[in-house]
Amino acid sequence: MIPEFLGYAFMQRGLIAGAAIAIICSLMGTFLVLRRQSLFGDALSHMAFGGISVGLFTGIYPLWTAYAVSILGALGMTKLRKSTKISGDAAIAVLLVSGFGMGVLLISATGGFSIDLFSFLFGSILLISNTDTILVLIISAGLTISLVMLRKQLLHFTFDEEQARVSGLNVDRLNYVFVAIAGITVITSMRLVGILLISALIVLPNITSMLFGKGFKQTVTASISISVFSVIFGIILSYYFDLAPSGIIVMISVAILVGALAAKYFGIIGKSMPIQRAV
Amino acid sequence: MKALEVSDVSISYNGNLAIDKVNFDVNEGDLLGIVGPNGAGKTTLFRAILGMQNYTGTIRMFGLEGKKYHALLPLIGYVSQKVNFEQNFPATVSEVVAMGLLPEKILEKSQTILQKSGFNWNRVYKKINKNSDKILEALKAVNLESLKDARIGQLSGGQLQRVFIAKALVKDPILLILDEPVTGVDVETQTKFYNIIKKINDENKITMVWSSHDLEAIAKLANRVACMNRKMFFHGQKEEFFSNEDLLKTYTESAMQMHMHHH
Repeated sequence: MIPEFLGYAFMQRGLIAGAAIAIICSLMGTFLVLRRQSLFGDALSHMAFGGISVGLFTGIYPLWTAYAVSILGALGMTKLRKSTKISGDAAIAVLLVSGFGMGVLLISATGGFSIDLFSFLFGSILLISNTDTILVLIISAGLTISLVMLRKQLLHFTFDEEQARVSGLNVDRLNYVFVAIAGITVITSMRLVGILLISALIVLPNITSMLFGKGFKQTVTASISISVFSVIFGIILSYYFDLAPSGIIVMISVAILVGALAAKYFGIIGKSMPIQRAV
Repeated sequence: MKALEVSDVSISYNGNLAIDKVNFDVNEGDLLGIVGPNGAGKTTLFRAILGMQNYTGTIRMFGLEGKKYHALLPLIGYVSQKVNFEQNFPATVSEVVAMGLLPEKILEKSQTILQKSGFNWNRVYKKINKNSDKILEALKAVNLESLKDARIGQLSGGQLQRVFIAKALVKDPILLILDEPVTGVDVETQTKFYNIIKKINDENKITMVWSSHDLEAIAKLANRVACMNRKMFFHGQKEEFFSNEDLLKTYTESAMQMHMHHH
């Protein structure tokens, strides 16, 4: 017997697009979290807010302007950071406020907050169209393939940048490619949980899986599983209880993290993670 | 054949000479011990050899310089004094060693360059087909095969350095540079470590440059010694260094002075 919610096309689209987004967010997020740039996703999404406002202001489809502004902003910031030695967290702050500032300015000029804008801010996965679902699937597939192909280099680079450089890796180029991947991931994913909550999807499943994942492969697999579960379960719950899917998805991820922390604290899982390092 | 020739290399930071016209060479198969106090410029010198530091003078590897030399850089195994990595990094020991595997494209290109220079590159790990077997062999060389599935953060300092040596070994390095690899490790661990280094040098015939404060270990393991403090003030056979009382006295005194200065 098919559950009732699967009978609706909007639910099918939401679940499919949601699962794809869950996969790319956690996959890309693994590297962001390990690079101690958890908030980079937030900065990108605030740039995206600026980008959307440019679209609403100029009449260009806001998603395209969001892609352009956040990727250009992020690449520019990466370059600036390299040449001016601004620290990582400060660079993130600069990116975040300049994006959001631009958004506020342009939106006031356009005539205030609209429904469109709200759907970007808080997510609207259940309003996603057929075309957009296909777009999300194609972009997600592209991002997943890129990340899988680059996984060895990204892992080495993330683990020890100097050694990666010594072994002949073009670290600077890899860094730009990764920033672009991060940008595309965030903009593609905004639909699901919105600009304000996108970081949750990037960071939470990864932190959880790092608590007990032994190796990298295991951690990534666990993170993707947690992420997909949170999104699917969240969308289903939102259908039955008529609540905002973004809020439920994020709260499920938080609950899983808290549960894992508790399990670890009581010694149920996590033997592989060092509490205290042997000397 | 000379694995490495460093001629008149000088390096300055903001107008201060960190390395002053240093000359030394390393023969194929050597285990060269570089001694010198803290701040003597050993790490800076290594960074120059690794192509990460600008310098004046010439550095040649197997007689090659310039572009060809740069093409060989990925084949230098380098274990630095301290690796700053995220303690909770979710990677197993095997996964870290796997990072050392170079793409076959780079290896083939280097092979061609090396053949033309007349160097017979003994690629131990090429003969092994599966990557997982290569990794296991490299871990065996440093006596860590039992920890292959352990998470990297669980290891002690001495074990970690051995993992990094395995990571350097797995690509069949043409030169292995160890920058004070056992600083801050207890004596027993050090001894084990030294035996491993000796074994790798003897059995895998890997040329090594190894910097250390530990004169005793150098006396035991190295066949040649270089002694530096910004300038190179000795470079030659081990026996010559250790039989020269004046040299030893100068070294010990300058090391002591630097030591006091640092504390």
